[in-house]
Amino acid sequence: MTDKKDISKDFPGQVHETPGGGIVLSKLDDVINWARSNSLWPLTFATSCCGIEMMAVASAKYDFSRFGFEVARASPRQADVIIIAGTIVNKMAPVLKRLYDQMADPKYVIAMGACAISGGPFFYNTYSVVKGADHVIPVDVYIAGCPPRPEALLHALISLQEKIKMGMTREQIKS
Amino acid sequence: MTNEELKIKLTELLPAAAFEEGGEWLNINIESKDWLTVAEKLRQDETLFFNYLFCVTCIDWKTHLSIVYHLSSTIHRSTIVLRTKLDNSDPEIESVSHIWKTAEFHEREVYEMFGVNFLNHPDLRLLILPDGWEGRNPMRKDFEDPVNMIKL
Repeated sequence: MTDKKDISKDFPGQVHETPGGGIVLSKLDDVINWARSNSLWPLTFATSCCGIEMMAVASAKYDFSRFGFEVARASPRQADVIIIAGTIVNKMAPVLKRLYDQMADPKYVIAMGACAISGGPFFYNTYSVVKGADHVIPVDVYIAGCPPRPEALLHALISLQEKIKMGMTREQIKS
Repeated sequence: MTNEELKIKLTELLPAAAFEEGGEWLNINIESKDWLTVAEKLRQDETLFFNYLFCVTCIDWKTHLSIVYHLSSTIHRSTIVLRTKLDNSDPEIESVSHIWKTAEFHEREVYEMFGVNFLNHPDLRLLILPDGWEGRNPMRKDFEDPVNMIKL
């Protein structure tokens, strides 16, 4: 007998009705992933124009806190996800690596926009741009666009949640 | 001071200067060897008093380089642009960092990006490029990206 009326549809488990209450059946890993995926705090890290789109997503019109990306943190020690919003140059690469290292596990990475994916418009004939942020740190979700629309970032954030719930992020596969 | 008045005044000061008009600001072409004396005159002359150097840029024309100085007077509210040609293979020009302090950083940037040697600069070393940068000056037309290069 399963009655999910009183618990969230998303909850990874079943409720078995018994007289005087019910019993929840689930795996602890699934519950932890479910809980984690709904409270991901992004790091305020923006290196160029994608950062403006990221700010738009944080603001009232799009509002990523609706999906659990509550508060953007200014310290990597309090952040769960780093959204690489913009061009990474050779001089910035060690800083990005350091920020990533300072974040507490579990941590996730979203590469937002063409520059973060491959160097984008700066792929050829440049002396300074890293050709893809994944040369520096591992990336879980890539978003195409230059810059991507706010909806695209929202989609990426929700995709990341799905990935965490399935236990398929790099961090989870590694451990 | 209007551009016309500036032109008259500057002709007295620099008979060899060639003027170029049409833009918002008066353009003056000078020889690079005259630059230091011209700069001193422009800074010190009471009626001109260009006390603010707000931009130093360099252009690679493939056949030669040219350096462009934007000067302003905060007293007289006037602005002029000075251009000078430099040799492509061994570019060098006098530094004006002792006249306008801001030139020190501007000249360091032109030095690293175009390889222009500024004579008598107090601290001519790389500004933005990482320490130990070896190789070509990245803003020169003949610069080649060692990773991904498309030749046009």
